[in-house]
Amino acid sequence: MMKHQKIPVPVYAGLTEKWSGQKWYYLFRYALVGLLFGIVFVKAEIISWYRIQEMFRFQSFHMYGVIGSAVLTGMLSVWLIKKFRWRAMNGEQITFQKKKFHRGQVFGGLLFGLGWALTGACPGPLFAQIGTGATVVTVTLLSAVTGTWVYGRYREKLPH
Amino acid sequence: MIIGYLAAALLQPWPWYVAGPLIGLTMPALLLLGNKSFGISSSLRHMCAACSPRIPFFNYDWKSEAWNLFFVAGIFLGGIVSAFWLTAPGAVEVNPALVKELAGYGIGTGGLMPEDLFSWQSLFSFRGLLIIAGGGFLVGFGARYAGGCTSGHAIMGLSTLQWPSLVATCCFMAGGLLMTNWLLPLILSL
Repeated sequence: MMKHQKIPVPVYAGLTEKWSGQKWYYLFRYALVGLLFGIVFVKAEIISWYRIQEMFRFQSFHMYGVIGSAVLTGMLSVWLIKKFRWRAMNGEQITFQKKKFHRGQVFGGLLFGLGWALTGACPGPLFAQIGTGATVVTVTLLSAVTGTWVYGRYREKLPH
Repeated sequence: MIIGYLAAALLQPWPWYVAGPLIGLTMPALLLLGNKSFGISSSLRHMCAACSPRIPFFNYDWKSEAWNLFFVAGIFLGGIVSAFWLTAPGAVEVNPALVKELAGYGIGTGGLMPEDLFSWQSLFSFRGLLIIAGGGFLVGFGARYAGGCTSGHAIMGLSTLQWPSLVATCCFMAGGLLMTNWLLPLILSL
C-alpha cells in the first residue's frame, strides 16, 4: 500500500512555487523596483522639463550620458543572462520578444518625439512628476491614456 | 566621515554615470524577478483595457499584466519619496543660454519643471492647454503607434540589439529636435 502513495513534492519545487507570482501580493516586488526607479528619475533630474530641453538643444551631455550608459548596462546584462542562461526567480526561462518593423515605428516615433519635447516627459517620468507634487501632470497622463485609446480605436485606419 | 559625505551626495542631483547604470539595471531586475519585459507605455494600454474592453486592441486579460501597473505605481511613490526626503534645498541648475531664451517667453527657472507652463493656472491658457493636454496626447498616441516608448524601444530594444527599436529611437529624437527647435518657439510665443 505504502508504495503507491503520492511522492511528496521536493522542497526546492515548493520554493519555486512560492515565487511563481500567482498570488497578487507578489506583485508588490514590481512596485519596489518602480519605487527605486522613480527615485533615480527624480534625483538625476530626468523628469525635469529643462533637462529634456537641453538635450534637444545639445546644451548638456547629461541625458545622453544617462541613456547611453543605461543602454550599455542593459546590453551587458542581456549578454550575461543569455550566456549563463539565468532563469527568473519563478523558474521561468527568460525570453526576449522580437520586435517586428512596421511603419508605425516611424510615424508613431516622430509623434512621440514631438510630445516628449513638449511635455518634457516620456510615460515613466509622468508618474514621477505627479509624485513630486506637479498635480497638473495628471491631465498630461489622462491625455496620454486618451491618446493610447484613440490609437487603439482607429488602429485599422492607420498605416503600419 | 565617508557616510556623511555619501548622505550629502545622496541629497544632491545624481550624475549621469550613477543614474544611467541604475536605469539600465532595472531591465535585468524585471527579467530576473519574473521574466517581465521592461516597458512603461504598456501601462497606459492596460488602463484602456481595464476601461474599454470592447475595442479589439484592448480586449485581452490585462490583469495578467498587472505587474506593470504596480511598477508605475511604484514610480509615482518614488516621486513622493524623493520630493519629501531626498531633496536638498536649492534651485535646479539650467544652462545659461536656455535660461536666457526661456526668459524671453516669460518662463522662469527654479524647480524641476517651469511653473509658468505646468500649473493649473497655465492649463486654462491656450499655450498651457496645448503643452499639457496636447503634449500628453502625442506621448500616448505616438508611443502606442510606435509600439513602445523610451523604455521599451531605446533601453530594452537597443539592449537586445533590435534594429526596429533603433529606427523608433531615431524617430523619437527627430521628433524631439523638430519640436524643440522649430515648433516650440512658435508655441511658447502664443
